[in-house]
Amino acid sequence: MSVHDFWTPFALEPFINALIIGLSLASIWLVAALGLTIIYGTMGVINMAHGEFIMLGAYITWILQYFLGFPWLLCLPISFVVVGFIGWLVERGLIRHLYERPLDTLLATWGVSLVFIQSIRLIFGGEPQYIDTPEWLKSVIEIGFVYIPSIRIFIFGLALGLVGLTWLLLYKSNFGVQVRAVMQNREMAASFGINSSKVYGLTFAYGAGLAGISGAMFSGLKTIFPDMGLGYVVEAFLVVVTGGGELFGSLATAGIMGEMFSIFSYFTNDTFARFVLFVLIVIFLRFRPQGIFTPSMARR
Amino acid sequence: MRVSRRNFVKGAAVGAAGVAAAFPQMYIKDHGQAWGAKPWITKDGNVKVGLLWSLTGNLSVVENDSTQVSLFAIDKLNAEGGIAGKQIEPVVVDAKSDIKVYSEKMTQLILRDRVATVHGSYTSASRRAVMPIIMKWNHLYYYPTCYEGRECMQNIINTGPLANQHSYDLVPYMVKEFGPKVYLVGSNYIWPKESNKNVKVWLERAGGEVVGEDYVPLGGSEFSPVFNKIRQQKPDWIMSTVVGDSDIALHRQFLQEGFKSDKMPIAALTTGEIETAAMGHEAGAGHFLSAPYFQDLKNPTNEWFVDAYLSSKYGGGGVTHYNMEETYLGILIWKKGVERALEEAGGDWEAITPRMIRDVSGNWNGQGPVGLTDEESPEGKVWIDPDNFNIWLKPKIGQCGSNGQFTIVKEAPEHVGPDPFAIYPDRGVCKADGLHKPDGTIQKDVL
Repeated sequence: MSVHDFWTPFALEPFINALIIGLSLASIWLVAALGLTIIYGTMGVINMAHGEFIMLGAYITWILQYFLGFPWLLCLPISFVVVGFIGWLVERGLIRHLYERPLDTLLATWGVSLVFIQSIRLIFGGEPQYIDTPEWLKSVIEIGFVYIPSIRIFIFGLALGLVGLTWLLLYKSNFGVQVRAVMQNREMAASFGINSSKVYGLTFAYGAGLAGISGAMFSGLKTIFPDMGLGYVVEAFLVVVTGGGELFGSLATAGIMGEMFSIFSYFTNDTFARFVLFVLIVIFLRFRPQGIFTPSMARR
Repeated sequence: MRVSRRNFVKGAAVGAAGVAAAFPQMYIKDHGQAWGAKPWITKDGNVKVGLLWSLTGNLSVVENDSTQVSLFAIDKLNAEGGIAGKQIEPVVVDAKSDIKVYSEKMTQLILRDRVATVHGSYTSASRRAVMPIIMKWNHLYYYPTCYEGRECMQNIINTGPLANQHSYDLVPYMVKEFGPKVYLVGSNYIWPKESNKNVKVWLERAGGEVVGEDYVPLGGSEFSPVFNKIRQQKPDWIMSTVVGDSDIALHRQFLQEGFKSDKMPIAALTTGEIETAAMGHEAGAGHFLSAPYFQDLKNPTNEWFVDAYLSSKYGGGGVTHYNMEETYLGILIWKKGVERALEEAGGDWEAITPRMIRDVSGNWNGQGPVGLTDEESPEGKVWIDPDNFNIWLKPKIGQCGSNGQFTIVKEAPEHVGPDPFAIYPDRGVCKADGLHKPDGTIQKDVL
């Protein structure tokens, strides 16, 4: 193997395309990590079932489209609501008994994830499923030498929208003030008359709902099958941990990771880019285990 | 205490006797057979065959169909009178998509269930995991899936295409129809890499060139960096060895990136009818697949096979794809081998050994190797190579239509022979008794 087989020489036009692909990858990882940022970053629950919430979102989209003929765009908000509700049930039935033992949430949610995977497999079988997207999302937008598939622009826009919405909810609404108060000190918040149990439930439901809508979005781009969640949860955890569990930490990390992956993979190849990225993250976390942005306030 | 050999043997014997006394069911079959008596024949006089596939886990997507089609084939043979009057009794086990379980279940099938032969596996990983056990007990395995070759074992018969047969016809065809420049995309494991080594050899002969090569992780579904480089390198066609769920994402994103299958098609080795259904017919249309079998093959045997299978109780999956057909061939070829072995053993079932079934499947008594006729095999006439015990077949190239089914655009005029060491001529030649090395020695069981 010569050097040239391994190393793609620099050329401006494809490099600019690679930068744009980096943004698209970042938006996909960000959307996948957003729900986890809420659940792990804010609540401290190690939610191993996050990938399966994404999978459920995709399957709900498929069910709505295949059996009821719903258009794809309408499936997105419905997935958010349905998966959010499932998340709320999981929180009420299981997670709320484990807030004092965060490590046990890892095992419990892993169990939940296995239950979800096997249930879907039992009901719909293990084969991959097909979801149709609107025609205008199947084309590519061409500006000079820049090519961007329209579905990637759509996911990018929706990712920014969801970040904005989450930011408004957490930092500009009454509910957000309550959430942050409960997360800082549950007893103190309760003594001020905040129903902390309800706040936990709704926060978890919101995080699960975000996973659901991301699954619905990915269904247009990727493959839908019972084990698909595994493919997202690794990147999601990396984004959240490296970002310090903060909303803007996740935003920044996803952006940096996406661009780095795309640039490495342009110059070398997909496998090597993944290797370099993971090594860099390990080194980074060795020297800054608290992540890019340290939460300024005391945590529980 | 020093452990001498005699002491050890004594101790082991006492230990084994103790274990046998404590767990008699380990050695004595539940229906009363004594250990060692009448191998592979049940009390009811049926001959037992093991089916080792995953019924759960991610491999079950394909392997569940393999089990169903094997049971269908066994039902068909039993309805026709079985083998020399004996009914075939399948022993179905679930390997749970776990390599360790494949090995455990293989040991169980050989030692406890005492089957005459085992059929199974969809991946090279599981085949390579079970083969040491098969060889240790000098047993017999039928492997129905395409694989990379570079193996020469004396306890296996393969009914799927080898790497040298798989892309042999495809590469010159694509170079002629679309042009010399190729971009190779594959999943990151052994089969795509070995397979692409073959592709490069055929490409060189056909006057083509590789303009890029990329591998994505198994299960990976992000192809935009790859497509960016494809746009830069401008290949005439794409050679894909991407498998499973990644394959579906590859074809969908090809469409979303604005590529057209009539300008730059994807030529694949595994994108079958299951995949084209899941990626949407729009994403599959126009691309190419090389396989020995397509559901849409027009011949009376295949029409019977598709109808009979899909209307049987096993045909719930709704398709018959190449891997299922190769599995079906494996059962039929096995039956012919057993018949010969019975003749060799003078009609004495107890004298048959698994290894004997394999040996007589080659060139036995001047009758040539076992094979299937056009009336028996849905893909047309096939036979076992008497030297390396892979299958002779006609590779076919299909183009996917807008309905997810493939139209045959080219069928090899002659059968293409299997050659497990096609791109490793320095390693030697695989014969029935082992790998004949260039220095004149014979190496057995090359895994």
